[in-house]
Amino acid sequence: MEREQTARQKSLWWVAGVIVIVYALFPVAWIVSLSFKRASDLSSREFLPTTWTWDNYDLILRGDFQDLFLSALRNSIGITLIATFIAVVLSTFCAYAIARLDFPGKKLILTTALAVSIFPVISIVTPLFNLWRNIGLYDTWPGLIIPYLSLTLPLSIWTLSAFFRQIPWELEQAAQVDGATTWQAFRRVIVPLATPGVFTTAIISFFIAWNDFVYGISLTSTEAARPVPAALAFFTGASQFEQPAGAISAAAVIVTIPVVILVVLFQRRIVAGLTQGAVKG
Amino acid sequence: MAAITMKNIVKTYGDGFQAVKDINLEIADGEFMILVGPSGCGKSTLLRMIVGLEDISGGEMLIGDERVNEKAPRDRNLAMVFQNYALYPHLTVFENIAFPLRLAKTPDAEVKERVNHAAELLELTEHLERKPANLSGGQRQRVAMGRAIVRNAQAFLFDEPLSNLDAKLRGQMRTEISRLQKRLGITTVYVTHDQVEAMTLGDRVAVLRAGVLQQVDSPRRLYQNPANLFVAGFIGSPPMNFIPATVTDDGLSTPFGDIQLPPGRSVDLSGKEIVLLGARPESFEDADVVSDTVREHGMVFDAQIDVIEWLGNEQYAYVPYEAPEQIRQQLADLERELDSEAMRTQLVVSLDASSQIEESSTASVWMDLRQVHVFDPGTGENLTAEPAPVSDETAEGQPA
Repeated sequence: MEREQTARQKSLWWVAGVIVIVYALFPVAWIVSLSFKRASDLSSREFLPTTWTWDNYDLILRGDFQDLFLSALRNSIGITLIATFIAVVLSTFCAYAIARLDFPGKKLILTTALAVSIFPVISIVTPLFNLWRNIGLYDTWPGLIIPYLSLTLPLSIWTLSAFFRQIPWELEQAAQVDGATTWQAFRRVIVPLATPGVFTTAIISFFIAWNDFVYGISLTSTEAARPVPAALAFFTGASQFEQPAGAISAAAVIVTIPVVILVVLFQRRIVAGLTQGAVKG
Repeated sequence: MAAITMKNIVKTYGDGFQAVKDINLEIADGEFMILVGPSGCGKSTLLRMIVGLEDISGGEMLIGDERVNEKAPRDRNLAMVFQNYALYPHLTVFENIAFPLRLAKTPDAEVKERVNHAAELLELTEHLERKPANLSGGQRQRVAMGRAIVRNAQAFLFDEPLSNLDAKLRGQMRTEISRLQKRLGITTVYVTHDQVEAMTLGDRVAVLRAGVLQQVDSPRRLYQNPANLFVAGFIGSPPMNFIPATVTDDGLSTPFGDIQLPPGRSVDLSGKEIVLLGARPESFEDADVVSDTVREHGMVFDAQIDVIEWLGNEQYAYVPYEAPEQIRQQLADLERELDSEAMRTQLVVSLDASSQIEESSTASVWMDLRQVHVFDPGTGENLTAEPAPVSDETAEGQPA
């Protein structure tokens, strides 16, 4: 009787899981399908393209949209990587200090970080637009990296300080007794143990910066710094009545690829468990 | 190797709490010193001050005649084994043991030789390539010791290293630590709240209570000659029995009858109304099995036996009795301080394994008065304590 029920429960879970997956992935599948459709096919109301074509990809990688898309892609990759790197390094140090040291203003840092991340992006972007134009950061890479840090740092600090708190303090003390300086103890014991946390933080930061649209479209004006999400809005059809939906879909598929690769690559590193065995199990 | 000297050591925390109060202690070169006391007595804090993980609020700490108050842990050249072992989970056993050597930039060949030697000593050779997560509790404990012995540290510090092991393993590791220390002849400070470890391991034992040093002596002298109520109650298991006694003109009156203290134990009781008699469980015996030659050294009384615990080699009998309210309160306070809780005032009496006394019966029990201590209930002082022999106290501390 009981086994029967667990079997039924199991199948119900499966059904629920499939529903969620379909619900979540259907728009993605639709975009992939769109990107392979011909222009005439776009409004065919069919899920699959009647004829499969690489035209859209050709258009953004070699055709009319090449300049627009490739420079945007370069901007996106560069800005996101730099922003992620800075965020991870800064938040590692900051979170370590918060988790380990007792200093005045510790609470203040954490609350400020939280407060910053609460502000709606749209409320900051207008003053920032004016400020950036006055000090010459408008339409430059640093002009985007700095606001991205304001998005990624609070989250990274919170995630990482929670992670550092899990690492037994005795490990560090043991290292110091063993003859390590504070820096050596940090680098040779704490950092290796915090790697899963650092990777998780890095990936989250990467996503945030990679997916940003509001800053991207507001603080740039040319190909010098415009990232992909913003650049997509500048794709135009052959006439103003024609939307280049196919090309936009193709670009959307391409920008999704790095994210998928990242998750697949680091999935196992994100899964923690490295601290097992440090202390009595 | 070096001696460790503490002069008027004080630890005051930020909130004004004094964890360690004015401790003076000399640990000789090569000596095995135990710091023991109930939880919260400041023993771990004291150890952490020696190693440098805790700042010293006052006083002077000397290691090998050198003041170390201001030195960082890494400059004190001490090796420490932590209660939870604190192994580096991302390193293999080999690298865990080699860690202090790597930090000291020791050449590879020497690292290998010394780690292998330490591993051999601790029977870890076959586990060198494994990660700590895959080791058993006892093996992890040995790795932590390996990390300590691999360097030529001035002293070993142990912070309750066996408290996470099960009872059987604890016994084995205790012997192992003792053997290792004798073999290496290195100064060792060992913190524990387990008095079996305290009694068996140390050359000398320092008993702490609420940050104050109570008595420093060899285990034998601590047991036979406790300085006060606290030490008497803390050392020994089952603990010493405390019997309230009223001072009368011709001796002492106890719930078990009147007592005349023998000449060797008689003390000046003038001006005192009530004293506490301390008698260890083994000072009692079934009156039927006591030989006539020793019978006269004690007193025989009738006791209402409540429960008997038969352990094979001996048995413990529990004898409840009524004590005056004031004394009962004081004994309860003492018990609480010793991390235990007595439900009622009772004697714990050790009987010969052959004794035929039955539970819930009245039996005649003999108490050896030659071993009895007399305590002042007000100050806790042991009135029968012999003054410490001046000449051989330090000599006793030296390993043979």
